[in-house]
Amino acid sequence: MRLTEEHEALRRTVRRLIDREIDPFVDEWEEAGRFPAHELFAKLGCAGLLGVHKPVEYGGQGLDYSYAVVMAEELGRIRCGGVPMAIGVQTDMATPALARFGSDEVKRTFLAPSIAGEFVACLGVSEPGAGSDVASIRTTARKDGGDYVIDGGKLWTTNGAQADWMCLLANTSDGPAHRNKTLICLPMKAKGVSVARTIDKLGMRSSDTAQIHFDGVRVPQRFRIGEEGQGFVYQMLQFQEERLWGAAKTLKAMEGAIAETIAYARERKAFGRAILDNQVVHFRLAELQTEVEALRALVWRAVEEHLAGADVTGLASMAKLKAGRLAREVSDSCLQYWGGMGFTWDNRVARFYRDGRLTSIGGGADEIMLSILAKRMGALPERRNRP
Amino acid sequence: VRLTEEHEALRRTAAKLVASEIDPYVDEWEEAEAFPAHKLFAKLGKAGLLGVNKPVEYGGSGLDYSYATVLNEEIGAARCGAIPMAIGVQTDMATPALARHGSDALKREFLAPAIAGEQVACIGVSEPGAGSDVAGIRTTARRDGGDYVIDGGKLWTTNGAQADWTCLLANTSDGPAHRNKTLIVVPMKTRGVTVARKIRKIGMNASDTAEIFFEGVRVPQANRIGEEGLGFVYQMQQFQEERLWCAAGALKPCEQAIAETIEYTRERKAFGRAILDNQVVHFRLAELQTEVELLRSLIWRAVEDYVGGADVTPLASMAKLKAGRLIREVSDSCLQYWGGMGFTWENRVSRLYRDGRVMSIGGGADEVMLQILCKHMGTLPERRNR
Repeated sequence: MRLTEEHEALRRTVRRLIDREIDPFVDEWEEAGRFPAHELFAKLGCAGLLGVHKPVEYGGQGLDYSYAVVMAEELGRIRCGGVPMAIGVQTDMATPALARFGSDEVKRTFLAPSIAGEFVACLGVSEPGAGSDVASIRTTARKDGGDYVIDGGKLWTTNGAQADWMCLLANTSDGPAHRNKTLICLPMKAKGVSVARTIDKLGMRSSDTAQIHFDGVRVPQRFRIGEEGQGFVYQMLQFQEERLWGAAKTLKAMEGAIAETIAYARERKAFGRAILDNQVVHFRLAELQTEVEALRALVWRAVEEHLAGADVTGLASMAKLKAGRLAREVSDSCLQYWGGMGFTWDNRVARFYRDGRLTSIGGGADEIMLSILAKRMGALPERRNRP
Repeated sequence: VRLTEEHEALRRTAAKLVASEIDPYVDEWEEAEAFPAHKLFAKLGKAGLLGVNKPVEYGGSGLDYSYATVLNEEIGAARCGAIPMAIGVQTDMATPALARHGSDALKREFLAPAIAGEQVACIGVSEPGAGSDVAGIRTTARRDGGDYVIDGGKLWTTNGAQADWTCLLANTSDGPAHRNKTLIVVPMKTRGVTVARKIRKIGMNASDTAEIFFEGVRVPQANRIGEEGLGFVYQMQQFQEERLWCAAGALKPCEQAIAETIEYTRERKAFGRAILDNQVVHFRLAELQTEVELLRSLIWRAVEDYVGGADVTPLASMAKLKAGRLIREVSDSCLQYWGGMGFTWENRVSRLYRDGRVMSIGGGADEVMLQILCKHMGTLPERRNR
């Protein structure tokens, strides 16, 4: 895939915004355990960055998916993982299904203001009893008159405490687990929605992560995304974007860690020479950079095929898996060469060590990626029974 | 790179040839520790497979390097490493510099018959005292009248015992090590060339690997490739192709090992279930397949840049490094799941375990790739003295 001058222009726009509006405040937001989502998203929306590949009719730029990936790559430069994740939820996790299958009305109500940065979105899939195992969710949306009445709860909801609406996955019938689910746009101010708590986490500190309860929440049925019963299928499609986005976002974060480790190890002397001059150090960093370039090549190959209309479930799952493995490997190896400095809370690499750990868990754990891949290779055992 | 119908046609041609002319004889050639290079290369030449990306004037197909990579991937599917390696020496190691920098007369005399499969080529770079450290070679070519007189020797020469000519790297002056070398085509039948011995190896058994001596060997100066003193530079360029070739050739053997291991472990039962039904087995195989696709993506990204005219030294070095690491990981992991069968000599996976091991050594060892990358990253310590 050969990138154009337009891609580079987008890259520069994102970079400028990070330098001016994000990086100077990251430490403060990390300390506070949240960032001002509405304030920041308004700026991103104003710069056209929340709808790069969304339809022009709803305020997007109507560009193809390669531009979204360029943006994801650049967001990885942010000096923490929490803020890029929050942006990614808005652009590539909570909104792709809405943009693809939503009615004009529901898009005007929820998508357009999300692209403009007036609304903050969150995604309601994971629950206390169903994380990577999406089919097992228990939240229900029962029809009553023209409404759905929603009961249940969601967990690990990024942006949950600040969001204006949620792209909710709920069971709308008792049918088979892959055909009884529906995606619904749920306004977070609706009566019966309560944010139970924000969760104290190992990393991604500046991102708010909520537990949310629904108690008889009424939402008009016209807020449904696409067809009833297709929610699981839509969510699986939406996962392709989420996973490619997640993989693309790790690239520059890893390269940043490698580059800063090189800079530090070049200055830091031990036993009469720079730490970097130890062959085990510079060889290791070169090998990690090799793995990063391999991941970049895989991500872009998947993007190219996605653009050509292919199903990239296999490649996107591989990219997500490798990104999770590699983020842990890079951050752990780099941290080591910083010595005691690497063990300090505010160190960039230490932060990446904490933040990056989530890549192997969120958006489908590594083990889910492996199950998907094993299934596609015909190597997954038949499931004998499902309770 | 989006591959075209032409790429797929080439792939089919190569696959057919591998199935009909190579695979049925592989076991016999491995046992004999030799294969009939002239006979096989004549068939490959006739099918147009020895000059896919070589100029049309000399019998090549004049296609871009993406076609060479498709071919290399597909030839790599042969059921041993030795034959693809011998072919790779002919197409991507001994001939790129000649095609790029050789005179018309030299190309007619040596390149054209190599493309036609009438002549077998080998590459004379490594020596007993200089393997990955190419700058350290000691073979000399001294001018005398219109000739070079060559003294010294080469080691690890693939195709060496059967070759008609070698693309030789020799020192032509006492200048600095990166500017005193020259590539010269040396016919192997010239007086003073002796093949000292064939080397017994842990793998790549069907490929002959020779040690060669040169004693007062006279070749005309017209056999020089390009300019005198630029041999090191030409060889470094030629290494880009060699390294991309190595990496591309690793893809199918890894995939086959994974696929055949899936097949075997699905049938093989232990403790009341198929070996494959152990999560540790099918997850491990899925992870290895992921790594293979990473390597494939990296190779094709390098090929795309290379076709676009970029210097792909870092990407090609990364691909070669990753290929060496991965083929060891895949073959070792797969072998394990075959149990005792994996430890038998003729087992396909055990052959890959043996053959694949050279990937991290030949064409510049893993550690040389890492050095190249460190240099590009600006992290290699300054050399204090040489």
